[in-house]
Amino acid sequence: MTRIARGAPSVGEDTRPVTGRAALPRTLPLRVEAVRQLRRRRTLVAFGILLVLPWVLVGAFEIGGDPSSDGPGGRPSLVEVATASALNFALFALFVSVGFLLVVAVALFCGDTVASEANWSSLRYLLAAPVPRARLLRQKLIVAFAYATLAVVSLPLMSLLAGTVAFGWGDVRLPDVGAVVPSGEALGRMAIIVAYALVSQLVVAALAFLLSVTTDSPLGAVGGAVGLVIISNILDAVTALGSWRDILPTHWMFAWMDVLQPSIQWAGMAKGAALSFSYAVVLVALAFRRFQAKDIVS
Amino acid sequence: MAAAGVLVAGAVAGWRIGDDAPRPRAEPQRIQVVDGPKDDQHVTLDATFFPPVGGGRAPAILLAHGLGGSKDDTRAEAMELARAGYAVLTWSARGSGNSTGEIALDSPDYEVKDTRQLIDWLAHRPEVQLDRPGDPRVGMAGDSYGGGISLMTAAYDSRVDAIVPRITWYDLADAIFPGGVFKKLWAGILFANNENGRAPTPCGRFLPSLCAMYQKVAETGRPTDEAIRTLRRSSPSSVPGRIKVPTLLIQGQSDSLFPLDQADANARAVSGAPVSVVWFQGGHDGGDQETSRVRALTRDWFDRWLGHRGAGGGPPTGGRNQHVTSPAFTVTRTAGIDSSTQRPVVREATAGRYPGLSAPGRTIALAGREQTVQNPAGGTPASISALPGLGSLSALGDLGAGGLSSGLPRDVPGQTATFDTAPLTTSLQLTGAATVRVRVSGGPATLFAKLYDVPPDGRGGDGPDAGTPARALATPVRADGDTEITLPAMDYRFARGHRVRLVLSTTDMGFATPAQPASYQIAVTSGLTVPAVPGLHTPQQPPPWWTWALPVGAVLLALAIVAGRRRTPDSYDPALAEVPLVITGLTKAYGGGDDGQRAVDELSFRVEKGQVLGLLGPNGAGKTTTLRMLMGLIHPDAGEIRIFGHRVRPGAPVLARLGSFVEGPGFLPHLSGRDNLELYWRATGRALADAHMDEVLEIADLGTALDRPVRTYSHGMRQRLAIAQAMLGMPDLLVLDEPTNGLDPPQIREMREVLVRYGEAGRTVIVSSHLLAEVEQTCTHVVVMFRGQRVGGGPVAEVIGAEGRLEDAFLAIIAEGS
Repeated sequence: MTRIARGAPSVGEDTRPVTGRAALPRTLPLRVEAVRQLRRRRTLVAFGILLVLPWVLVGAFEIGGDPSSDGPGGRPSLVEVATASALNFALFALFVSVGFLLVVAVALFCGDTVASEANWSSLRYLLAAPVPRARLLRQKLIVAFAYATLAVVSLPLMSLLAGTVAFGWGDVRLPDVGAVVPSGEALGRMAIIVAYALVSQLVVAALAFLLSVTTDSPLGAVGGAVGLVIISNILDAVTALGSWRDILPTHWMFAWMDVLQPSIQWAGMAKGAALSFSYAVVLVALAFRRFQAKDIVS
Repeated sequence: MAAAGVLVAGAVAGWRIGDDAPRPRAEPQRIQVVDGPKDDQHVTLDATFFPPVGGGRAPAILLAHGLGGSKDDTRAEAMELARAGYAVLTWSARGSGNSTGEIALDSPDYEVKDTRQLIDWLAHRPEVQLDRPGDPRVGMAGDSYGGGISLMTAAYDSRVDAIVPRITWYDLADAIFPGGVFKKLWAGILFANNENGRAPTPCGRFLPSLCAMYQKVAETGRPTDEAIRTLRRSSPSSVPGRIKVPTLLIQGQSDSLFPLDQADANARAVSGAPVSVVWFQGGHDGGDQETSRVRALTRDWFDRWLGHRGAGGGPPTGGRNQHVTSPAFTVTRTAGIDSSTQRPVVREATAGRYPGLSAPGRTIALAGREQTVQNPAGGTPASISALPGLGSLSALGDLGAGGLSSGLPRDVPGQTATFDTAPLTTSLQLTGAATVRVRVSGGPATLFAKLYDVPPDGRGGDGPDAGTPARALATPVRADGDTEITLPAMDYRFARGHRVRLVLSTTDMGFATPAQPASYQIAVTSGLTVPAVPGLHTPQQPPPWWTWALPVGAVLLALAIVAGRRRTPDSYDPALAEVPLVITGLTKAYGGGDDGQRAVDELSFRVEKGQVLGLLGPNGAGKTTTLRMLMGLIHPDAGEIRIFGHRVRPGAPVLARLGSFVEGPGFLPHLSGRDNLELYWRATGRALADAHMDEVLEIADLGTALDRPVRTYSHGMRQRLAIAQAMLGMPDLLVLDEPTNGLDPPQIREMREVLVRYGEAGRTVIVSSHLLAEVEQTCTHVVVMFRGQRVGGGPVAEVIGAEGRLEDAFLAIIAEGS
């Protein structure tokens, strides 16, 4: 018996007992949850911004002209080599958005997912459908992570497209050193950068998810996660804290810049990835525990 | 957040423990020595002795300071060595600090005699380990002038067992007059140590004869034979074959005073003993002095060659410690910038053999026609390679930042000939001194040879001022006709796509150049030969241990968090398989524990198949809380709910037989009514064919509005859609909370008929309502709740009894209960 048999009105009642876990249908399939989230204005606006931003940046460079090619000390920064090639442009776009825009996007997808259901009161009907609580969280987490990943990946991909149109495809000029990396190798490095950006956003995603489970207000969950990122950034600016800053969740957010050294530096990214993953795993576990013990009163 | 708190607390504890090391004792000493060519000059040396931490007899180390300094400069390192178990003596050399006498530049007649008597002094200390009576086991280390005395003492006193000369000279004459050209800026800085005019000579506390010699040289810009002779006597070059102890030479890559070739010459001067060479980032010009690395390398060298007593302060080992190994050649390289600290990352590259400065490499063609350069009258304006004291600008080292910011004029047009390689097809690591052959006509000419790193575009384009110095170093050469030029020794990586530029300038601000105007033609006659040491490799540094320990710990913590939760076990009572609902002793308190207010208090009732049950009660009676517990949304504090024999818990499969509408509708506002119902049904995971979608939509009676987003619906429309959703799949037990709220009278009537029909088909309906007339007409049974308890109930007719109307009966029951 793979489905729970239900009686139709003309046939009369069904009296077969419902037995065992094996009888549980696959509730809240990923495709269903993805469709439920996809048609939301919030989703469309977030992706719209991420996909339009590269073109806005291209426009800005077209209007403002090439960035100064001679920075202080003769070392070009990331913005100064932004128009060198499509890959350079994508790196620049990532650099300007990873600290806040991508944080907001990730917090949006992960912070809104449960809290908005609570806000709409649809959560209680889903749970009574019944979708077991752990499964509901799991499915929502997977879909939210997938959307967040798509958001983080879509920006550099669109930047590559916009950059190719505007500045052409070519080798990458590294900032600071001015060394040139062939485009083939640079694509590999770009993949590392995007992968690290994703891992470093894990902590934001998990924090937003925990808040989403905790509060019935989507704005509170998203804003809370973004707010904590801001506070972490402010603390990170207090250099007097010294090595204490190493355990701040956002301290390593820009460690992917180490990929742009002539030889890739892994230490910072290893530390950042370990920290982000560890925070995330604990925060998600707290979310599951909290949600399973919670009385749903929304 | 709790996890972060644990991390923070752990770090605090670790830090406290680490700060608990014993503090070495410092004993000030005044040590009398006799020196001078005739051994007749009495000098009092101001010294400090640090007994070894841990007691017993230990090897001794003499730590010497640099020119113009005093014993205080070496105090921090002395403490570290004392803590590592060595007896350490620091002293102010004659003419320095609070010692008497004059500076003689590490002369064998003066400073060398002094340090030999310091070794005598050490031999009498009870803390110092002796090889023989009067012969302590002793090592010497020091920077610059202090490194020079280490080498010279090792040459003149066989009791010295190991030395670590740092940033020092092999031939002082050659360092001050490289290629016969006077290094005037550095020499001036060394001799201008005037101590605010209180010093006995115009050039500070130097021997008057040295001061006079300097003044004469500085005036003419040419070395005198006497000066050369005097400087050479203070140099290892004057004692060939006499330095026979293990020697670690640490030389700076940012050092225009004692460049790397001085250490190279010293490495060849040590005979019959192990030699290791280290090129670190710092030097006299500044840069990253890598203090902790240099001190650690020094300590390792002494640990290896003086015998280490172990970190625990145990007894000294008799012989040399072979467990500590030092590579023969170590080069520190900036590997990039740490993005989190914005400081350069410096890595060690090591090789098992020191190859010297002219390791085999490759020859790269240089392009450039013959160029005419002018030597300006008076030697000014002069180009700039290194400026003593400004070298700290080169902290970025071989990241291409060069020594000077682009704001300073580096080379003067007309005085400089440049020759470029083609853009490099692969990156080029230069380790040693590159060479090139040039033809100079119109000479003999004094030229300053430099290497620049020219990036592919930007930064001045292809102009003569493009590129940055590979290192802020220039080697002066006297060139006439065909001449081979050896460029400054360095370790530098030219990136792919860059060009290497050979720059030959007639002037350099750091040197005395000929005042007569002249003009030369310069052409290259060979490619640039670039030595390479492929054996140098950087050991992979594994990321710190916590980068894998932390995630493992986090996963364990997460598992503990998830597992530490109590679960309600599955429970099935076959005897109740036919009974839609049995509630037994159900209790729920809000506000926690027994003190909390009981929203539901020992509630028990039973609903049989086919009944339409009205759940009645005033506001706050606990109806909604009961219904939420029925749906598995709220955990009961006590008691249980069974639906068809299955105990209800969150997500229990039996809830699939329950359709519910409690406390208003819950829809996704951006989706249409139809999509909402469809997606809801698909979320249950059951087949669409089982949904009875058409029948249900008929009940909802929304017409064309069905395909509009729900956010455009009126209250009544949402209400009807929500009831339709509850009926999806025609569940065996239907629970409706205030279903007629917001409906108009015809719809209320219709709804009543729907519910009655639903019950007649053998299903069960529970309706909670405060419209008692409605309940009276719809329901077969009622349960009356008050303050969380069941205060009455039964078949409608029975409950009404004599009262005639349900409303009256209800009020009577409530009055009884309160």
